[in-house]
Amino acid sequence: MTDRTGTPLTWNQRLDAPSRPAQSRLRESWNLFVSNRLAIAGFVIFLVFFFLAILGVFLTSGTQPVCDPSLVRLEEKLRPPLSRPNVNVLSSQEIPPLKIYLLGTDELGRDVFSRMLQGAWVSLTVGFVAVGISVLIGVFMGGMAGYFGQNYVKSGHVLGVVLIGAGFALLGMERWTAFSLFLIAGAAVFFFSGGYLRSWSRGPGNTSFPAVLHLPVMTVDTLIMRTVDIMLCFPSFFLILTVVAILPASMYNIMIVIGLTSWMGAARFVRAEFLSLREQDFVTAAKALGVGKFRIIFRHMMPNALGPVLVSATIGIASAILTEAGLSFLGFGVPPPHATWGNILSDGKNFIFDAPWLTYIPGIAILVVVLSFNLFGEGLRDILNPKLRERP
Amino acid sequence: MSSANDTLLSVRDLAVSFRSGEGVARAVDGVSFEIYRGETVCIVGESGCGKTVSALSILGLIPSPPGEIVAGEILFHGLDLVGLNEERLRDIRGKKIAMVFQEPITSLNPVFTIGDQIAEAIEIHESLPRDKIHQRCLELLKDVGIASPEERLQDYPHQLSGGQRQRVMIAMALSCMPELLIADEPTTALDVTVQSQILQLLAALQKRLGTSILYITHDLAVVSHIATRIYVMYAGLIVEQAATDTIFKSSKHPYTQGLLASLPSRLKKGQQLPSIPGTVPDPAHRPEGCPFHPRCSFAIDSCRVEFPEMCDYGGGHLSRCPVLFKDVSGEGDRP
Repeated sequence: MTDRTGTPLTWNQRLDAPSRPAQSRLRESWNLFVSNRLAIAGFVIFLVFFFLAILGVFLTSGTQPVCDPSLVRLEEKLRPPLSRPNVNVLSSQEIPPLKIYLLGTDELGRDVFSRMLQGAWVSLTVGFVAVGISVLIGVFMGGMAGYFGQNYVKSGHVLGVVLIGAGFALLGMERWTAFSLFLIAGAAVFFFSGGYLRSWSRGPGNTSFPAVLHLPVMTVDTLIMRTVDIMLCFPSFFLILTVVAILPASMYNIMIVIGLTSWMGAARFVRAEFLSLREQDFVTAAKALGVGKFRIIFRHMMPNALGPVLVSATIGIASAILTEAGLSFLGFGVPPPHATWGNILSDGKNFIFDAPWLTYIPGIAILVVVLSFNLFGEGLRDILNPKLRERP
Repeated sequence: MSSANDTLLSVRDLAVSFRSGEGVARAVDGVSFEIYRGETVCIVGESGCGKTVSALSILGLIPSPPGEIVAGEILFHGLDLVGLNEERLRDIRGKKIAMVFQEPITSLNPVFTIGDQIAEAIEIHESLPRDKIHQRCLELLKDVGIASPEERLQDYPHQLSGGQRQRVMIAMALSCMPELLIADEPTTALDVTVQSQILQLLAALQKRLGTSILYITHDLAVVSHIATRIYVMYAGLIVEQAATDTIFKSSKHPYTQGLLASLPSRLKKGQQLPSIPGTVPDPAHRPEGCPFHPRCSFAIDSCRVEFPEMCDYGGGHLSRCPVLFKDVSGEGDRP
C-alpha cells in the first residue's frame, strides 16, 4: 500500500491513523459559553467587580489613601451623588480626588464611593475565602465518604476520639499531665483499632489485641453523610448569627464561620461523583500500576469530580457575599470603622427618605454582584454538564 | 517442562469468595497454576467462571468489603502476595507485575494526557529526571507501534482510537519492564484486525523483554496463536491444564471438548455450530459433585455426588474428569 505521493507506508502508519476531532473540548466549551449571553454578562460583571475590589484596596488603604473612606466632613453630610464639594469649607486634603462626590456622602459626610470601594474588597475576600474553606472541607469529606465509604468505623475509633475529647476537656481545667496522657492513649487506641496492628500478625485468630476495639460501629459513609444531614438541618443563617455573636467580630471569623457552615453541598456532590468514579476501570488500572490511595483520590479521581463542585462554588460565592452583607446589616459583621456594603446599607436605612442613595447604592451593588455570580455559575453548569444543554 | 527454579508465579489452592445478599459466592474455588519465566499462559473459560477474579487477586485488587481471599497462597518468587501489606504490594504492582485491562476506552483517565499517564507509571517506581522519563515515554510509544509518538504524548485519551488506547495501556504496563504481564481480555473490545495486531505486538514485546504473560480470554482462537500452556477454568475451578497442542489435539475434559467443538472452522462449513447447553452455574449455588455435570453429556451417577479430582495423563496434562480417565485407563487394562 502506498500514500498519494507513491511512497510505501509502514504498517503502523497505515493502521490507526490519528483521528483528532475537528473541535477541541476547550474550543467547544468556549463556543457554548460565548453563545450564552447571560453567562457572559455575569462573567464581565464579575471581572469588573474583581478589578474594582483590588483597585479599592490600593486606593483606600495606607496612611494617606487616595480616597479616604473614613474621612469625616460634617459640613458636607448627606450630599446627593454627583454633587460638587464645597471648596470654601473644606481643606485641600478633604476634597475627594475626582473633585466630585461620585456616589454622594453619608450622614457623617464620608465619601460613599470610597466606602463602596473599601467594602468591595471585603465582599470579594469573604466570598472567595469562605467558599475556599467550604470547598476544601466539602471535597475532603465527600472524597472520604465516597472512597472509604464502605469501611467501618470501629469501636476503638470512637473510644479514641472520646479519650482525646476528654483530654481537651482536661486541658480546659489546665491539667497538663492528664491531658497529654489522654491524648497519647486516645491516639494509640485510634490507630491500633484501625487494623494497623492486624497487618503485623495476620489472620482472624489474632487475640493479642482486645476484640472489643474491632467491633464495627457504622460505616464511614454513614458517619460523614449523617453529619452532613445534621448540618443541613440547622437554619444556617441563624447558626452563623449565634456563632458570630459569641466570637469577637472580625473579617476572618466571619469567613471561617461561613466556610464551616456551607461545605455540605460540595461534600454531597463529590461523594456522588466518587461513588461512580471508584468503579471505573481507570481507577483499577491506576491501582494495578501501584499508585497509592491518596494519589488516586486526589490526582486521579478529584479532577473528574470537580465539575459540579466548581458550579456550586461559583453560586456559593454569591450566597457568601449575601450572608456577609446580611450579617453586617445586622451589626454582626466586620467591625464599624471598616466599611462593608452591608453596614453602609444598615447606616443608610435611617435616612432612607432624606438620602435614598445610601440604601440604593450598596443594595444595587449587592444585587448586581450576586446576580452576576449566579448567572456565571449557571453558564458554567451548562458547559460542564452536557446533559443539561439545550439542543437547538 | 521447565525446572522449578524458573517458576515466576505459583498460585496454590486460591479461593476467593464474595459476600452478597444471598450468601457467600465462591467465585474462585481452589485454583492452582504456575507461570514460568518467559512463557505465555492462557486461562480460558466462559464469562463468570472466575478468570478475572483470579487475575485481580494476584495483584491484591479484589474489592474488599464484598470480596475476600479465603484460602490459598500466591507465591511470586517465593513471596506470598496474599496478606502482604499494602505498601509492599504497591512496590510489586506496576513494577514487577503489570496488568492490561479489557476496556481500553475506560481504562485511561480522561483528564490527563497520554504522556502524563505513562510518565506517572514510571515516576511511581523509578526516580528518574524529567527528560529521561520523557525519553522513555517516547520509546515506549514507539515500541507499541504508535505513529508520531511526540504528538500523541500531548493527546488526551478521547482523541485516540480504541486500538491506540490499548497500545497506550500496554505501553504503561510495560513501562517498568515487569516480569509478569497480566492481560485480562485485552482484545475483547477491539475488532478482529486490531486484535491480531495487538496479539502480534504482545508476542514481539515478549520475545524482546522476556516478560511472562498471563493471558485471560474466553476466545480459544486467540489462545491457539500465543499460548505455551493453557488452563481451562469452569465455575471457579481449573478443569483441564496442558500444553496448547495437547489441549487442541487430545483434550480430556468434556467442557474443553465442548469449547473446541463450538469453534467455527472451515471443516464445519454449512453445518450448525454445536454449543454447550445451559450456562455457568451461579457461584452462590454450585451443583453438588462435579460442577459441570448438569451440562455434561458424559455425566454418570457418581458425577452428581463425587467431587472430581485431577487425573494425571502425564507430561503436565491434567484433567478433572474421572469418567473419561477411567475410559482411557480401562481400555489400556483390557487384554
